[in-house]
Order: sequence, then C-alpha cells, then structure tokens
Amino acid sequence: MTTRQEAARVHDLSSRHESGDTPREVRRAAGALESAVLEILRGASEPLSPGDVRQRLETGQGAALSYSTVVTIVSRLHAKGLLDRQRVGRGFTYTPLDEVSLAAGRMNQALGRGTDHDAVLSRFVSGLSSRDARLLRALLASDASPQAGDPGRGEGRG
Amino acid sequence: MWLLYLPLVIPALAGAAARPLANRLEPRQATWLLTSATVALAGCSLAALALLAAYAAARTRALAVLGDYSQSVIRRGDPISEAAGAIAALALAGAAVAVVVMSRNWVRALVESYRRAARLSADDGIVVVPGPAIEAYALPGWPGRIVVSGCLLDRLDDDRRAALIAHERAHLDGRHHLFAAVARLAAAANPLLLPVARAVEYTVERWADERAAAVTGNRRMVAQTIGQVAFLASPRRRRTAGISLGMIGARALLRSAVWAGPVPRRVAALLAAPPRRRTILLAACAAIVLLAGVSALETARDLHALVELAQESGS
Repeated sequence: MTTRQEAARVHDLSSRHESGDTPREVRRAAGALESAVLEILRGASEPLSPGDVRQRLETGQGAALSYSTVVTIVSRLHAKGLLDRQRVGRGFTYTPLDEVSLAAGRMNQALGRGTDHDAVLSRFVSGLSSRDARLLRALLASDASPQAGDPGRGEGRG
Repeated sequence: MWLLYLPLVIPALAGAAARPLANRLEPRQATWLLTSATVALAGCSLAALALLAAYAAARTRALAVLGDYSQSVIRRGDPISEAAGAIAALALAGAAVAVVVMSRNWVRALVESYRRAARLSADDGIVVVPGPAIEAYALPGWPGRIVVSGCLLDRLDDDRRAALIAHERAHLDGRHHLFAAVARLAAAANPLLLPVARAVEYTVERWADERAAAVTGNRRMVAQTIGQVAFLASPRRRRTAGISLGMIGARALLRSAVWAGPVPRRVAALLAAPPRRRTILLAACAAIVLLAGVSALETARDLHALVELAQESGS
C-alpha cells in the first residue's frame, strides 16, 4: 500500500470512527494512524515533537486528532522499536530508525521473547542485581591501584 | 539393585558441584567437561528411568505371555514396585515431551538468528545499531554477526571496544551457543541438571572473556570493560549501599564473588590470576560420570539376566 492510499484510508477510517463503528475497525484505524505518523516522521528532515506531528497530520488530511492521541501513537511506535527519541526540555522529539536498526530491533523482539533466546544469543553482560552491583563496584574499586592510571573510569559511570 | 538409582542421584551431585567447578576450572576445559557431563548424565538418567519402567512392565501378565517367560520368577526376582515403575514411566514421558518442545523452540530461534544474520549487512561482521539501547551480543549465523549499539560504542574507548568485540567474536568462532544449547537440552531431560546447564552458560562467557584477555593482552582492562558495560546496561542505582562492602579486603571480596551473579564472578576471575588446567580434578569428574554410565549398564544386564532366567523356567 502506498503512502497516499494509506493516508486516505486513515482519513476514511477515522471519519467512520466518528460515525460510530465497531471496536475492530477502531483498532484497525489505530494501526493505520501509526503508519501515517511513521510516514510523516520518515519524510521529515529533523526530529519532530508530538505537536509537530499533529500539525502535519492535520495539514495532510484535515482530520483533527487530539494531542494526547498523537502522544499515545508515537509512544507506542517508540515502544515497538520503530522510533528513536531524544529528550528536549520536558518532552521528547522523535526520529524514525533506519532499515538496519529496524531489522536489529525486530530481531531483538523476536529473539528476546522466547524462553530459550539465551541458547542462541550471547549477550555481553546479563542483568545486575543490586547486590551484584555493589560487589562489582567494590571489586573494581579494590583493583583501581595507583599504577592503573585513572581509577574513576573503572566504575563505569555514564 | 541400588545401582539403578545411582544414575538418578549423580545428576543431583553434579548440580551441586557445577558452580564450584565452573569457578575453578579453566573455562574451555570446564565448558567441555560440563557439557559432555550433562549429555552423559541425561542419557544415563533416561536409561535408568526406562529400566525402572521396564522392570515394572515385566511384571504384567500381557508382557509375560508375549515374551514367553514366567511371570512368577520375575515377580520374585524383581525388586521394583509397580508404583516406582509407573512414576518412572511418567517421568520418562515428561522428559521426552520437554526435550522435543525445547529442541523445536531452539531450532526455530536458531533459524531465525541465521536469517537475521544473513539479512544484516555488516563491516567485519559487526553491525552497529543506532538507538538508545546499551546492547552487545553475538548473533550466530553464516557468517555470524556481532551486534553492538552505537550508543554503547560511543562510551567505550578504543581498548575497551576491542575487548568487547574480541569477546563476542570468541563466542562466534567457538560456536558457544551450541554448548549452551546442548546443556539446556540435557537439563530439559533431567531438571536436576539445570545448575550444570547454567554453569555452562557461565563458562562460555568466561571462555570468551579469557579469549578477549588473550587478544588484548590485558586481563584487568577486560574486567573493567565488563564492569563498565554492566553499569551502563543496568538502571542507575543509589550508591550509598556500597559503603558496607568498601571495608572488606580484596581477597575476601574475591571470595564473596563466588556466590554472586555472573558479572561480578567474571570480573573477579579476570582480576585474579589466569586459570590453570587441572587435570586431576577433570579426571575425577569424568570418573564420576563414568560411574553413572556403568551402573546404568550393569542394571540393564541384571534385567536381561532376570528375563532370561524367567524364560527358561517359563511356559
């Protein structure tokens, strides 16, 4: 489906939503909205805030969406690993991820969900419990002898 | 007859011994030993369960008629109760289902991994992923890929990057995922072996750590890299709790790391002296595993002899 068809469908579905449709169609409309938002972000040359996205959605199709709806959509896209976000002031701006990182992100989701992904992927570090974190800090601190140079580095703050 | 239960007891013993062994043995040796031990012990315990079930089944009338042997001779010579036989049969069925389900899932995950690895274009087999995640892992494939987030690379200096990449490359070159998978499969057959399978997951990490130390020529730097990445990857914690541990001396710290999670243990191992090969310890472990095999075999011969005896006096 091309972008234009997609956008037309979004408009179509959202207007039907207003006239009172079944929940299934509403859900489908949400999916279409997500792809419309994604298209806008991919077409943009700079990171966009939810407000920017909302503005462009409106000028694109004339459908009025509430600010909170747009925030919900971009957060969902971010949770799905389709968008990268940067904190700006009190909110976030969003950029789409490129193909390679999308593939890697999908892979993370696909492999991360199963119980035996550990049998396939070998991660560099596993999680740290708070006890482990304390112990690790103490281990690295005890090792940071004067000839090691910069002891602060060993603590890995970042 | 107690010999029959030995293949069921030894895996419990192995489960208890796995962690100390993983801490003490040279990682490559430990990986081979523990992985082959899980396979051998899982095989022995399955054989023992099958024998228990077979003894119980031999008491039934239908089988006695079919095999043309004396049911009463079996009943007199057979030390296994019907209840024990039934439990063994159930456990055997459960193990079979667990192994099938787990291998199916694993094959799926591996196929997916190969497909993804083939699709990712990479320089030198390294895929740098944009985004906020702190992540680094080896993705088995043909060829395998090392996936690292750019965000993580940005925070590491050149030496530490080299250590990270060397570690992941060691996983791919050594096909470490196969060791981990085999051990987990064996543990699916006998859950008592679960600690051994976890120990294998740890020893392959240690193996890769030692490779990274050999490649970079700096054990301490590799330890610091692991520490840094672990802190970057885990959410920020309050620092006040660290004071209590600050009082302890370095040796005591290394000792207390023995029962900690994998990351402090790996760091402690790298800060300590390089591991030595321990042939005697290795031989002792192999002997115990062999004992399980011999006792399973011995019981099988007992059963065979009993049935033959029953056949002679039967019909």
